[in-house]
This record gives sequence, structure tokens and C-alpha cells, in this order.
Amino acid sequence: MSSRRSRSRQSSSSRITDDQIYDLVSKLHQLLPELRSRNSDKVSAAKVLQETCNYIRSLHKEVDDLSERLSELLATTDSAQAAIIRSLLMQ
Amino acid sequence: MDLQNLNPSSLKSRFTARFLRALTEINAPKTISSSSPREIFQRYRRIKVAADKSMAYSVRSRRIWSRATLWRLRTRSRSRRLVSFGRRASVKTRTTASHGKENKEHHGAVLGVQAEELRELVPGGEAMDLCNLLDETAHYIKCLTTQGFCVYMGGLLCEGCC
Repeated sequence: MSSRRSRSRQSSSSRITDDQIYDLVSKLHQLLPELRSRNSDKVSAAKVLQETCNYIRSLHKEVDDLSERLSELLATTDSAQAAIIRSLLMQ
Repeated sequence: MDLQNLNPSSLKSRFTARFLRALTEINAPKTISSSSPREIFQRYRRIKVAADKSMAYSVRSRRIWSRATLWRLRTRSRSRRLVSFGRRASVKTRTTASHGKENKEHHGAVLGVQAEELRELVPGGEAMDLCNLLDETAHYIKCLTTQGFCVYMGGLLCEGCC
């Protein structure tokens, strides 16, 4: 989708418009949990990007913590139960 | 967790199937002392790689970030044997960076530090122009939340069997 847009952009002008940037920033804004409740008109693009970075970092950390927990769980699962898990997943 | 009720073509179900399969391979070689801190750490590393791999393979080459992740995963496994890893990385960023340079300077300067920070967080972000960066970030965030969900479900599955 974005590749089609960039091709048409290049035929009319070679620069990305501010409107396109604004639209994309708004789309990002909708994904952020903290800023969704506030009035979207008052949030600057810089703030949205900053919150996006924080959000991505927290998502990375969440996967890290969950992976660590999972690795500990796999250690305590004994071989009989591991075989049960395996057979369930191979269906 | 009933895999059959999920839409088989959705990202979540594709990712879940791959990730759970990878988990069984990680857990397969059962030794008597499988709970030493070192082994737990190694398992943790393998789970992380499996989660990233599952996510990137479920999206395949449809996105810049997934292509960058797949490239990094493949190069990382090869770099243990090859010495040319550093050379390859610099060649890749040089060829793709030239396209986005003009737009990056114009709008990237407006959003300044935040855009640079975002580029470091999104795989392949260094070479994207601002439009691509914002678009890829939105998709990347959606996939990260799916990834977290699937790893969490993997944990619940193991917990349920303990």
C-alpha cells in the first residue's frame, strides 16, 4: 500500500506532504494506549513519536519478561508433561 | 487454547502455530538437570529468537521491518562461521539509505530526535524515509502486541500442564 502511494507521489512531486505525515502520525496515535484518552488535536507529532518509542520499548520488555518466565516454566515441566504438550500441539 | 477456532489465515494464528512448534523443539532435548541458571538463560535466548523468527516469518517479506528482521536472523546464524558480517551490514544500509535520504532530511529534521530514536527501535528503520518509518512502525506495533500475546499463551499452556 505504501509503495503505491510513493509511486504516485513521485509522478506529481518528489516530496512527502505534511498532510501525509499528519495522517500517519494520527494513525500511530490511535495505537498508543496512553494518549488515546486525551484530545488528539492538542498532541504534537513529536509527543506521539516519543510515546511510540516508549511504547515499543515497553512491548519489547514485556516479551522479554514473558520469554524469561516461559523458559523457567519449561524447566519445571517434566518429560511426561512435555510429551503431552507436544502431542497437543502436533494435532 | 483451541487453534482450530482461530481464523487460519490471521497473523495471530500463523504466528501462534509457528511459535508453539518452535517451543516444542526448544523443549525437546530433556536432560536430567534442565533447570540450571545457565540452561534457563540459554532457553530464554532460544525462546526470544523463536518469537522474533515466528513473527517475521508470519509477515514474510511484505514489510520492510520483517525483511530486516529475517535478514538479521539469517546473518546472525551465519556470522558464527563467517567473518564478513560487518562488511555485509554496511553494504546493505548504504544501498537502501540513498533512496530515503532527501525526504529524511526534510521531515526528519522537523521531528528530530524522536524520529532518530524510533529508527533505532524499528528493524530496518535507519534506511527508511519518514513516511515509511511511520507506516512500518504502526504495523510493527500491531505485530509486537500479537507476539506478546502468543508468548503469554505459551506460558499459560505450560503452566496448565504443570
